[in-house]
Order: sequence, then C-alpha cells, then structure tokens
Amino acid sequence: MKITLGTVTKPGGSRVNKTGAWRTAGKPRFLHKNCIACDVCALGCPEGCIFGTGQRTYYANEDFCKGCGICASGCPVHDIEMIPEGGEDA
Amino acid sequence: MLKGRMIQGCRAIAEAVTLCRPRVISAYPITPQTLIVEELASMVAEGELDTEFINVEGEHSAASLVLGASAVGVRVFTATSSQGLLYMGEVVFNIAGMRLPIVMINANRAVSAPLSIWNDQQDSIAMRDSGWIQMYAENNQEACDLVLQAYRIAEDHRVMLPVMVCVDGFVLPHAFEVVDLPSQKEVDAYLPPYQPIYKLDPDNPLTMGAFTEPDKYMEARYMIQRTMEASIPIIEEVSREFKRTFGRVGGGLFEKYRVDDASTVVVALGSMAGTTKDVVDDLRNKGQKVGVLRLITYRPFPEEALYEALKGAQNIVVIEKALSLGGSAPLAVELRSVFHGRPASPKISSFVIGLGGRDVTTDDLKYAIEKAQQQLINMEFIGLRTDLELEGINA
Repeated sequence: MKITLGTVTKPGGSRVNKTGAWRTAGKPRFLHKNCIACDVCALGCPEGCIFGTGQRTYYANEDFCKGCGICASGCPVHDIEMIPEGGEDA
Repeated sequence: MLKGRMIQGCRAIAEAVTLCRPRVISAYPITPQTLIVEELASMVAEGELDTEFINVEGEHSAASLVLGASAVGVRVFTATSSQGLLYMGEVVFNIAGMRLPIVMINANRAVSAPLSIWNDQQDSIAMRDSGWIQMYAENNQEACDLVLQAYRIAEDHRVMLPVMVCVDGFVLPHAFEVVDLPSQKEVDAYLPPYQPIYKLDPDNPLTMGAFTEPDKYMEARYMIQRTMEASIPIIEEVSREFKRTFGRVGGGLFEKYRVDDASTVVVALGSMAGTTKDVVDDLRNKGQKVGVLRLITYRPFPEEALYEALKGAQNIVVIEKALSLGGSAPLAVELRSVFHGRPASPKISSFVIGLGGRDVTTDDLKYAIEKAQQQLINMEFIGLRTDLELEGINA
C-alpha cells in the first residue's frame, strides 16, 4: 500500500468507509404509522442518509447514520423514535 | 552604479509576483500587507496581469480559495499579516498537509492583544510548526528574489510544500529602495510553468484532503518531516541557480557577514540584520571580532549547516522579535538544541527586542553584544521602559 503526497486517494471513499460504526447513542426507528411524507427527516439529516419515496417508506441507511436523533425530534407527526443499538431494525 | 529602480517595497513585491505568472490570487487586505494586494489588484484591473483576482470576505476564505485553486493545478499567490495569518491558521496547516505548493507573503506584524499594527515576527513564528517552508527577507531586493525562488522550491517535485516569504511589516513593504527586477523573459526561463503531480480534474476524479485513520496519519506527517529535511539542499541549489541566472546572491539557508573569524556572532532574522551589520562594522573597526549570521530559512531549520557555521564562535547572541509566552525566545531555544551533545559549545545568549514595532537601535544591539560577552544571558527583554508601573508586576 502506498501513501501518496498529500494523502491523495481515489474518489468515493465515503461510500467505502462505513462510518455508521461511530454510532453510539442509539438509532432511529421509523414507525411507518402517521407518516405524511413531508420529507423533514430526510432534509434534516446531517448525513443525508435518510431516503423515502412516499408515505411510510422512509428509512435510514445504518451504514452511515450517526444516531443524532434530528429526524426523530423534527418529525411533526412523531413517527420516528430513537431505540438502543441492537434493537429492532428500522 | 546600482542597477534597478527606486521603488516602494509593496510595488516591487507585487511586480515580482506578477513575473511568476500566478493564475489565481486571493487575499484580504490587512495592514501592513494591504499595499501589496492593492498593487496586484490594480495590475489585474489595468490588464497588466492575466490572472483571476478573487475578492473574499476574510483570510480564512482567501487561504481556502488558493488551496482549492492550487489543487486544480495552477500557480497561486496570497498575502497576509498578523491576525490575518492567525485567521488563516487552520487552512495554513491544511495547505502544507495537502502538499500544495502555495507561495504567500507574510508582512510580519505583532499579534493582538493589545492590538498593534507594527512590526515584529510573532505572527509567522507562531506558524512555524505548520509544515510551511519559511524564509525571511532582509530588504526589498531579497523579498523579490525570494518570491521567485519560493515557487521554484515549492513546486519542485522533491518538495511540494508551501513557502511563506516573510517581510518585516512597514520596514520593507512601505520603504522605497532600489530594486532590480528581472525581465519577464528571464523569469520565464528560470521559473517554468507549474507541473502538478495530482490535480482535481472532473475527467479523472480523485480525493484530496480526506480523513486518515490512525493507521496512516503518522506516516503522512513523517513524510512532511523527511521532505522538510530533504529540502535543505534543494533550497541551496535553487539559490545557486538564482545566482547563476541573475548574477545576484539571494536566498539560501543563511547569510554570513564577517562570521568566519568571529568570536561573537549575532544571529537574527529579517531586516534587523541590516542594522546589526552596521554595528558589526563599527565594532570591527574597534578591533572586536564580531559577525552576524542572518538566518534566511527558518523552516526547515538548517541544523547541520548552522552547527558548521557557528561552531567556531565563543558567544552567540540571538536577537529576535518573537517570544513563546511562558516558554522562551524560540530561535535561541532551537539554536541551543543545535549544540546539544556536540563538541562545540558556545555560550548562547537570548534577547527579545522590538516587539510591537519598538525601534531596534544600534545602541540596543551593542548593549546585547557587550552583555553576552560578559555573561550568559538566558533570556532578556531589551529596551523595556523603566518609567512605567506594570500592574501585577511591579507597583
């Protein structure tokens, strides 16, 4: 393995480096009950790792989610809850 | 007769930058650097310089902008001073870590607080650990010569590190001196276009400045340290070639003035060395074996060459316009480490002088030399006022 000048690397490193392992304080669980597809959770996500295409379709990519909880606090219909790591998948 | 024109330092430095054909310039005005970027901006506005001059809202952005432009693979320039350099600080470290060969002029000025626009070297010395090569000019001719050499050094594929050319604020940029600037043709022959090793290119994407985990970071820093060491002979080589090309001595590691048979050698950075040379001449006329070693390249610190140059001296008198608060005077400390565990062990005395633009007089320098010849001075402030009450210090 070579370390280049200025540690220049191939692009797309953030896809390979799955930083979801940094998550320590729980993760979001999408209840898929009251969802109105307002997109607030996806827009507010600082990792840009929440996706959805309509009501009750939203999910977080746990390979990158840091568990900050902004989606859960922002959801106007309380359709996301934070659960401990190792809990039921979202 | 002197070649050249009587010209203000800021104009001369701006013309030297122009001769290097930077493609992007970004800087934020700050006294005493302002005139340099004003001259450059006006050259661009008048169509004399074909470059992108990009105005920004502050120094952090100016440094970030030239970082990005350099990463695209073009030659860039920026300039700052004091608080501006500190505000750039985060990016200054990034530029070195990303191995971008950016050249910056720092017009040396005191740092706040208290606010002072006047000259000392606390600003650039505070950035000594950033990974930039640092060179200090004595006069405007050398400032211009160092700009040309700085690009040669920085862009050398064996180096690929940024270079900060430090000029004492006001003392150089605002002074009128005779400066001999080469022709564009001569500079084009001396300084070929920049050839990046890596560049940002949408057709061949790559990532620069990404994060590195503990398994590789240390190697990246080690690479900079080894490159710094390896750049010492390259800095000398660039200076020798400069002399061959332009017929003038400039740059290199340091200048020795009447040092070879001297028992007392003053060590100084920048414009102070000029005053010191007058003092040396005066003392030589009185039969004293005194010389001055003017350090030009402070980073990389040329330890071996300094040992060889100074090992014959009995007294070394370090005068500096900088201070590591709570520590000591940085240059003196490093010079002492040069002699640690080696056969030659001159007495190295340390004086802090001229902070915040206080005049450095020939009497001050004579006092320092005389005192150091009598006894080893660990560290002393020269020229402190005794007529003031300093709250908490004396009452």
